[in-house]
Amino acid sequence: MNYKQKVGCNIENLKGVRDFIRNALKSHGVPDLQISELVLALDEMCSNLMIHSHQCNPHELFEINIILKKGDPVIFEIIDDGNTFDINQFAEPDLGNLVHEKRKGGLGIRLVKSIMDKIEYQNRNGKNVCRLIKNIHCK
Amino acid sequence: MIHIKRLQEDGVDIIALIGEIDASSSIELDLAIAKSVGEGFSRILVDCHSLEYISSAGLGVFMSYIEEFKDQNIKMVLYGMNDKVANTFEILGLNELLQIGKDKAHAKRMMNEL
Repeated sequence: MNYKQKVGCNIENLKGVRDFIRNALKSHGVPDLQISELVLALDEMCSNLMIHSHQCNPHELFEINIILKKGDPVIFEIIDDGNTFDINQFAEPDLGNLVHEKRKGGLGIRLVKSIMDKIEYQNRNGKNVCRLIKNIHCK
Repeated sequence: MIHIKRLQEDGVDIIALIGEIDASSSIELDLAIAKSVGEGFSRILVDCHSLEYISSAGLGVFMSYIEEFKDQNIKMVLYGMNDKVANTFEILGLNELLQIGKDKAHAKRMMNEL
């Protein structure tokens, strides 16, 4: 089963993104703690996209797809025509350094990489597709 | 959306977080902690009983105070987290860098031992 949602680049919309993901995963019997981790990772990817690629312009939209197929890993797709930022190419700073530098950012990408099993980027019909894959088997 | 309530008990500032902290609301957490420090509190408890969600933006706020609090000898203990929120701190190992108690009594004991 596929779930789709279009989202405007306003960080006030993050709550709606979280509800969309939570509801889709819940209806496929994904355990609560796992849902909360996946919601966290998607919140992170979407807030980065809104802030860094679209400067929080609410008129610019991107799309989230969730592909839930019985017996297969769960795939989240973020489809966007903004600039791609490949988090696989990003070396996350050491936690100790972040603390020392009193930084507030820098944790998000580390979170996404810890939670997801695979992150890949594709070009589809001129749009950038970021695919986040988690090896859990849904119902 | 986050509501933040503050109350004082025996010279300790208790900051209660109600709702969800994400990129749109983490600034309010930051302001509440800064205000507590600005008012001269050196013992701060953060009540997380009604905190339903925290994203990396919120974790980052707590992280950004660790060094300053060490330098200024300000003691901060968080308590009352539900399993999902506690797990969020644990994914990155922030539970090792912050003081996190089970409940208020436990948090107060931890504070006295710091």
